[in-house]
Amino acid sequence: MMNNTETAPTAHPTPEAQPTRISGIGRVLVAVYGVLALAATGRSFVQIVGKFSEAPLAYTLSALAAVVYIVATVALIRSGSGWYRVAWIAIGFEMLGVLVIGLLSVFDPQLFPHDTVWSYFGRGYLFIPLVLPILGLWWLARHRPARAA
Amino acid sequence: MIVWFTTAQVAVAVLAGLLCLALGFAGRKPSDLSLGALAVVELLLIAQLIAAIVAPAVGNEPVGNMLEFYTYLVSALILPLAAAFWALIDRTRWSTVILGTAALAIAVMVYRMQEIWVTPLG
Repeated sequence: MMNNTETAPTAHPTPEAQPTRISGIGRVLVAVYGVLALAATGRSFVQIVGKFSEAPLAYTLSALAAVVYIVATVALIRSGSGWYRVAWIAIGFEMLGVLVIGLLSVFDPQLFPHDTVWSYFGRGYLFIPLVLPILGLWWLARHRPARAA
Repeated sequence: MIVWFTTAQVAVAVLAGLLCLALGFAGRKPSDLSLGALAVVELLLIAQLIAAIVAPAVGNEPVGNMLEFYTYLVSALILPLAAAFWALIDRTRWSTVILGTAALAIAVMVYRMQEIWVTPLG
């Protein structure tokens, strides 16, 4: 397939010329974000195509959540302080979303009779939507860009 | 869906996932073994796709939401390809862990597909 020596310089960057922010086990974090982005996109596709009129608010929220997961995945992969800020905003939004919608769905189920990815703190997704932003924010805090781009 | 086939498929995906996780955490780069395990998972998904298309014609009628079912199936079909693509570009042990993560996600998705197939709409 690909010549290994050819890709070696980008695979092992020096700290000054890091092409992507994420290395090591952080790549697993990116992959899980990718899977969740796919899952959220798939579900909102089903909801919007199949039964949008039943609960426009919940399903619009599902679509919004899906878009934010995609943005977070891309922002984690890309380098530079701009993308770093985007990653903070996207993952912070997810954290806020899962907490607010999670609390609302527990204390006032009438408000969200139809499931979103964040209902009951992401119960429908093995609570991954609750755990992932915590790991993501922790990762970002530990890996600030060395200098502004 | 054919229950025994689906059960076997979930078992294979779980085993492939655990194998890749173990290899990855042991520091192995993606190999013929780990990529081969994902290839088996992908082949079973293609078999499941064919079975799902043929099943209604031979009396195995789904009662659930088929739009949701096929969204799961298509997403599951994409996962091994994406994970393998990643593994070919990024030759580190973490790619092996990612292969395992994809296989485990597929196990959950196939289990969910079985539930959707037999759960009446409404």
